[in-house]
Amino acid sequence: MKNYMKLEIAAISENESFARSAVAAFALNLNPSLSELSDIKTAVSEAVTNCIVHAYKGKRSPENKIFIDCRAEAEQGEGVLHIDVTDFGCGIENLDEAMQPFFTTLSPNERAGMGFTIMQAFTNSFSARSVKGEGTTISMIKKIGAGGKEELNA
Amino acid sequence: MKILTTVQNGILHILLDGEIDEYSAATARHQTDRKIDECPPCDKAYIDLANVTFMDSTGIGFLIGRYKKLQRLGIKLYVVNPNPAADKILSLAGIYTLIPKA
Repeated sequence: MKNYMKLEIAAISENESFARSAVAAFALNLNPSLSELSDIKTAVSEAVTNCIVHAYKGKRSPENKIFIDCRAEAEQGEGVLHIDVTDFGCGIENLDEAMQPFFTTLSPNERAGMGFTIMQAFTNSFSARSVKGEGTTISMIKKIGAGGKEELNA
Repeated sequence: MKILTTVQNGILHILLDGEIDEYSAATARHQTDRKIDECPPCDKAYIDLANVTFMDSTGIGFLIGRYKKLQRLGIKLYVVNPNPAADKILSLAGIYTLIPKA
């Protein structure tokens, strides 16, 4: 089974909940466990929040958009979900630095600097491409299947 | 995000209800801080996550912010009832070394 969906949303924080729920709803065809579903929602939420807060610096402009591209593949009970989150914002100057746990460019008081760390920990594969002044694409892969069986037996 | 607070035996109990993300965090911060400012003297505060259905790294920032505020007031903060998903994030971020689970 191969399936896909493309979503274009305004980069405003009201859409965070919609974006993660939409990807989770799309992933349901792969029969994820509750914990896999929650990992997907969290990873998408982090990626989308980064676009809004960092790429577009929280500016609410109708021109600021986020693309979410998902592909699902399932074979013999095992599923793979590809999630790409793209913005056309300021780009990340130093990706290695941005990936460091607790690194944040915003006021550290209320920012954990854990976004990329969580995306990495909650998916099976994670990569980022960014061009300064042009935007960023985060690509994540979540495998569906193995974890679900463990959970049922637990 | 709804926030309900009670004070009993010197413990401020803060029950959060809803999803913690970038969108809801500003209101949650504002409301929780107001409840902290209004509460009678306490030794401990519990942030109860039992009814938090979703939380991303914004929740970590939220907890650290409240931890710092309460620390200035001499109140020790604990996290109670995180669901497995919240627990996973809080463990990953090492939050429990700062804000123990009660």
